[in-house]
Amino acid sequence: MGLSRNVSLWTGLRYKGQGPYLTFILHRVGGLGMGIFVTMHILVSFLGGSVGTFLNDVYKHWAFQIFIFFCALFHAINGLRITILDLFPKLIEHEHEAIWIEWAIFLPVFGISALVIVMTALGG
Amino acid sequence: MTKSRTLPLSKRGMNFETLMWYFTRLSALAMYALILFALIGGLVMGARNQMNFADVMRWAFMPNSTHVQSTDVPDLAPWATYFWRAVASLLLFVASAHGVHGLVVIADDYIAGSTGRKIVRLLSIVMLASITVIGAYVLWTS
Repeated sequence: MGLSRNVSLWTGLRYKGQGPYLTFILHRVGGLGMGIFVTMHILVSFLGGSVGTFLNDVYKHWAFQIFIFFCALFHAINGLRITILDLFPKLIEHEHEAIWIEWAIFLPVFGISALVIVMTALGG
Repeated sequence: MTKSRTLPLSKRGMNFETLMWYFTRLSALAMYALILFALIGGLVMGARNQMNFADVMRWAFMPNSTHVQSTDVPDLAPWATYFWRAVASLLLFVASAHGVHGLVVIADDYIAGSTGRKIVRLLSIVMLASITVIGAYVLWTS
């Protein structure tokens, strides 16, 4: 398979793919975020020690909780959208509408969750 | 709007990549089932007055009893059974297989050279495979 690339990385980063591209890139960010978090978390729970305590404190922080919940929730909702559209290929014509529905579900669920996390952190 | 060209799933060729393509989507559905199941467990456990939102979420995403140690749930013994360890292990295996493939796909997209791709591919597989074994060990000994 030919895998030569004829655009520079910078050109690639400036690619204006709009809605579907945003979900594509956030899906990667979310997946990598969870992958790195889970890998470190498992290693730390195995090794323990002062590094473990420090990392557990990071994981308990409300800002980190909001970040990792963003990763998990977006990856989950976007993944379900991809799964539905891919397993029923005829629906791909409605991709843009599906992405709007996805945001309509993601934003309120994530917003309320982030609010709850911050309120708990502030002792409410 | 132009009509997009689609091929029914049954008429597509079957090779390893296609198989992994299916696996990625079907394992997503499996994780939905496992996480919703664990979420119900978390709600039964004590969401009404003994756990906060983060505690319930920690249990939902990985039903390991050490994840809810810091809660006010009076007795965690019923939640550290073989059954819940098996659910957690299943979620761990499905998620890490899904994750390895995700890493390999991302590496294929950003690394153009075939040697670099092979190295990153191998590293991803070795790393996540060993993490899965370590994770299973932690789940069954904690």
